[in-house]
Amino acid sequence: MSKVHVSAVVNGDNVDFLADPRESLLDCLRDQLGLTGSKEGCGTGDCGACSVTVDGVLVCSCLMLGVEAEGKTIGTVEGLADVGTLHPLQRKFIEHAALQCGFCTPGILVASKALLDHNPDPTETEVRYWLAGNLCRCTGYDKIVRAVMDAAAELREAV
Amino acid sequence: MHYYKPQSFDEAVQIAASASGVTRFLAGGTDVLVQLRAGTVTPDHLIDLKLIPGVHDIARTEDGGWKIGIAVSGIDLGRHAELVAEWPGVVEGMSLVGSTQVQGRATLTGNLCNGSPAADSVPGLVTARATVTVVGPNGSREVAVEDIPAGPGRNVLQQGEIISAITLPPRGKNSGDAYLRFIPRTEMDIAVVGVAVSVTLDGDKIIAARVALGAVAPKVLVAADAAAALIGSTLDDAAIAALQAAVTAAAVPITDRRGTVEFRKDVVAVLAARAARIAYDRAKGAV
Repeated sequence: MSKVHVSAVVNGDNVDFLADPRESLLDCLRDQLGLTGSKEGCGTGDCGACSVTVDGVLVCSCLMLGVEAEGKTIGTVEGLADVGTLHPLQRKFIEHAALQCGFCTPGILVASKALLDHNPDPTETEVRYWLAGNLCRCTGYDKIVRAVMDAAAELREAV
Repeated sequence: MHYYKPQSFDEAVQIAASASGVTRFLAGGTDVLVQLRAGTVTPDHLIDLKLIPGVHDIARTEDGGWKIGIAVSGIDLGRHAELVAEWPGVVEGMSLVGSTQVQGRATLTGNLCNGSPAADSVPGLVTARATVTVVGPNGSREVAVEDIPAGPGRNVLQQGEIISAITLPPRGKNSGDAYLRFIPRTEMDIAVVGVAVSVTLDGDKIIAARVALGAVAPKVLVAADAAAALIGSTLDDAAIAALQAAVTAAAVPITDRRGTVEFRKDVVAVLAARAARIAYDRAKGAV
């Protein structure tokens, strides 16, 4: 099986890697680039733990091949914090205790940021529908939704 | 597995027509990658169609309809204000497929070719009289959307054949469409029953109608008797009753873990009445 050379931008950095065409983007991020923030929950696009952005669009990195990343701009949870300063979403998740085991958290943070990037003032219903593809088996979602709403409010004030 | 990135549909057809073994086309990949991972389908040849010019475009046709590229995602569709205004039923069907993440990748053409009887985007395309352009080794032809599925998980495309675009006809004045589905939760589920209705009015009177049913037969069902029940009426109680009787009679569902025959035949009538009222109101100008 010949591997394919892929060039992409991940969290602002130019990266190159060799992908087996059968490998998902998630596998490439974790195994080739060492970015293990994105998690594999189901591997079939149901749980959202592997959520990343590709050219600004939220996708499951398990439902995309690594070779499809050629020329794309990828955003993962590792790109959220700004040199040691947590993103407001990350801080609010801690303040609201919006995580327990934490396995779903990277995907939910990436998904929430994608929501706030295109809708800075979502209703609670909009948050819940947007995050319907991010499963969390610990929290019951309430604290997650409160943390996202609180972070959205803070980000609006900061503008 | 060989991975190809053709630059034209002609090139894609050549690759597919001459390939031996299992071939799959990749656009959104939300079904192909799941099958790959599950080991149910491991393609020998995977042909990525997303680098072909035009496949990401939604463009006006000369006669005032729409040509939708095969790699247009659910999100792209939902954010196209003009298309949403003209064909809300088509767009709302697609927008019900999967999560936000899946919407970022999944396509109308993929939903159609996957061949699920419960595919949410298909009934709306059928009531819209949408067609697809099938390209293959022997040239291209236009095929009605309802003629593409062959049964659960199957379609009529032959080796080397690919859909290159979906075409919606001109919407025309005083027209509206709607799609509704039943699921036991609010999101992220597969239709137990789906119903699309499209109507065109002259004043208060329905002068043209299409009704399509999902998940109540091995493939999407065009309910001609149900449409006939609407035509000539003002969507009065008698027309609604006739519509409901017709869709219940047309439905040939199975009992499975998501619903029984009796339940589906009942729900299809409820959804048909509701979808007809929404389509009628939209034809009257309701947003």
